[in-house]
Amino acid sequence: MSKIGVFICHCGENISATVDCEKVAQDIRKVEGVEYAIDYKYMCSDPGQTLIKDAIKEHHLDGVVVGSCSPRMHEPTFRKACAEAGLNPFLCEMANLREHCSWVHEKGEATTEKAFDLVKMLVEKVKRNKPLDSIKVPITKKALVIGGGIAGIQASLDIANTGHQVILIEKDPSIGGHMSQLSETFPTLDCSQCILTPRMVEVAQHPNITLYTYAELESLEGFIGNFTAKIRLKAKSVDHKKCTGCGACFQKCPQKRIPSEFNAGLGNRTAIYVPFPQAVPNKPVIDREHCNYYKRGKCKICEATCPTGAIEWDKEDEILTEQVGAIVVTTGFNVKGADFFPEYGYGQYKDVITGLQFERLASASGPTLGEIRRPSDGTIPKKIVFIACAGSRDEAKGIPYCSKICCMYTAKHAMLYQHKVHDGESTVFYMDIRAGGKNYEEFVRRAIEEDHVNYVRGRVARVYEKNGKLIVKGVDTLLSGEQVEIEADMVVLATAGVSNCGAEQLAQKMHISYDPYHFFAEAHPKLKPVETNTAGIFLAGACQAPKDIPETVGMASGAAVKVAGLFSNNELVREPLIAVVNRSAPPVFSTCVGCFMCQTACPYNAIEREEIKGRDGKVIKTVAKVNPGLCQGCGTCVAFCRSKSIDIQGYSNEQMFAEVMSLLNH
Amino acid sequence: MNNNNSEFEPKIVAFVCNWCTYAGADLTGTSRLKYATNVKIVRFPCTGRIDFMLLLKAFAQGADGVIVSGCHPNDCHYTSGNFHARRRWITFRGLLDFMGIDVSRIQYSWVSAAEGAKWADIVNTTVANIRELGPYTEYQKVADYLDKEDYNG
Repeated sequence: MSKIGVFICHCGENISATVDCEKVAQDIRKVEGVEYAIDYKYMCSDPGQTLIKDAIKEHHLDGVVVGSCSPRMHEPTFRKACAEAGLNPFLCEMANLREHCSWVHEKGEATTEKAFDLVKMLVEKVKRNKPLDSIKVPITKKALVIGGGIAGIQASLDIANTGHQVILIEKDPSIGGHMSQLSETFPTLDCSQCILTPRMVEVAQHPNITLYTYAELESLEGFIGNFTAKIRLKAKSVDHKKCTGCGACFQKCPQKRIPSEFNAGLGNRTAIYVPFPQAVPNKPVIDREHCNYYKRGKCKICEATCPTGAIEWDKEDEILTEQVGAIVVTTGFNVKGADFFPEYGYGQYKDVITGLQFERLASASGPTLGEIRRPSDGTIPKKIVFIACAGSRDEAKGIPYCSKICCMYTAKHAMLYQHKVHDGESTVFYMDIRAGGKNYEEFVRRAIEEDHVNYVRGRVARVYEKNGKLIVKGVDTLLSGEQVEIEADMVVLATAGVSNCGAEQLAQKMHISYDPYHFFAEAHPKLKPVETNTAGIFLAGACQAPKDIPETVGMASGAAVKVAGLFSNNELVREPLIAVVNRSAPPVFSTCVGCFMCQTACPYNAIEREEIKGRDGKVIKTVAKVNPGLCQGCGTCVAFCRSKSIDIQGYSNEQMFAEVMSLLNH
Repeated sequence: MNNNNSEFEPKIVAFVCNWCTYAGADLTGTSRLKYATNVKIVRFPCTGRIDFMLLLKAFAQGADGVIVSGCHPNDCHYTSGNFHARRRWITFRGLLDFMGIDVSRIQYSWVSAAEGAKWADIVNTTVANIRELGPYTEYQKVADYLDKEDYNG
């Protein structure tokens, strides 16, 4: 006969506002096997937990059900409390009375009845729970960081400085990411490259960091502490061990008119190229798509000029296999591209550019060496219009969210323009100015008050060309409510920040969740912002949502601490919720018939073959056996098993059928 | 069977996976979206774990409808459990038809951890559909069959 204790939480008023908690506790006492039931205002609080512990001791409980919030929130809390009172933690279950009941229903009898049903369901389950022991697995103390922007750089350095090995992979030929493309940074106007490039060099020289550029994640297997990552090292066609980075090759390369990705398409590069002068590593790769030799079989001028014979024409992609214990994903973001703004003439008029392109124009390392010049004719624009929220906060464009960084960088752009073109006139069309952050509001005020940037609140309907001028048609919704028409020389769109291309595929490779916009999903929006739902995989930077540099760096350090915390243990304790094959002694009585359907179903290759031998040493039969190190507890094998010989601890057939039957059997 | 009975409160069991739909239903709560009280969620590690005998058992025990929901294709926390579940559902559907169980009493769907609103919508739509179909009384035949076979999981 079971002795179950039931503890109903009011969660302040979160549950008790719609559920009659006292009644649930009273009614559940009448259920067979329930020894003790009580309701309390805050079960997760210290006195609440003490209540549970005392009851376990006093009533010799052999099972506990806590009716409160989602088990995804507090299951570890209550299991720990049970363990402290001497009860096996896996004899504690939670009924989700908050997220699945009180928050989604109105106050009433039906809601209280449902709460009772949910609790009763877990009571029936917990009666069939078995005490389990946690599984201990070793940890590989080496981290993989995916993406070499500022987030990846910061995370790599922070982990490496705790003494652990880091592998940093970057898909482009150089690390640096979007931050290396920026001119000055808000709100201090310090030069982006001046603060970034020393960090990039530090990464390359750090004894604990192995850097692979031009590399992508091919596949990922395993679990926290024990991942196997396959990394594709894309063929650079240049042997970086031999290359000295002298640059003779790209000075002589005849393919000179390839739009430069680093300059956001405003400048050109060669087919053999280093993306920018401060690149790390500062050694070239060959872009095979544009190289004369790969296209037509002739050229090889770079080979002729190379003093060290570093060109490798036949080099192929390599697959590298690495064992790592934790992963930080820092793959960044992108900005919306050309086809997105037909009404603003982007792609149609050369002088309608994106904010990222303006960064390149304003940057001393950019195509105009920091002078603001029109891409069409190279003249200095005297009138410039900035359009904030180009795509962001626009349901019609499919991007209802705020891209967060645009208000600030638009103010910065207008300011930089005024500093560089003294007789210039700049106008910003905006919806709202969102300048939350230390010294941010002051920065925007400075743009308006000291640099006399003309801020107009309103949307721009259309941009079109007339007599060599770009006519910006908008409406001033703040003061006059009238139409505004500006004859501009240049228009800059603060285009929406979007997830990086390939984000969805990468998430699927790693089995992490992502939101409808393909930004990676954090495990909890407030309390687990750097964790993902997959243990051992962490997030930092704009791959989670658009964010600015300070936030990105903070998040990267946060993720690094999580990795370092994990690596501070020698063993990892895993929940024993894994599959087992019944194997009553003697093993020849195992009901497993050896069909190995489970082996076919298992995504982790966790099912092994075990030979059962008779006294004479002959194999009598072959049965399935679960490798507890590999099993992740999905339970697909259980549903496949024809003879019901394999079962999953914590979600056993007995438990699940009992839950279903309790729900309906009254 | 189409007795449109507004008094009738259908009993519906939802079999959901822990990682996507259970979390999605948590988000419905966090977002304070309202839905009908008729649906009760049973949590599984993965839709791949859902033995469809549980669905039969649910009907045998008097359920009027069932929801099965997990991660979207390619999003499975365990790589491929949802694909197994999908294939199993396709095969099982034929069997249900053969046994005379109305397939429209089962709602099979994908709800991700980010789709709180979709979960509320699925619950409300399913409750309305089942209410339209009326109470499920033919389950007794299934129950008798299961009793005869002494199937207890």
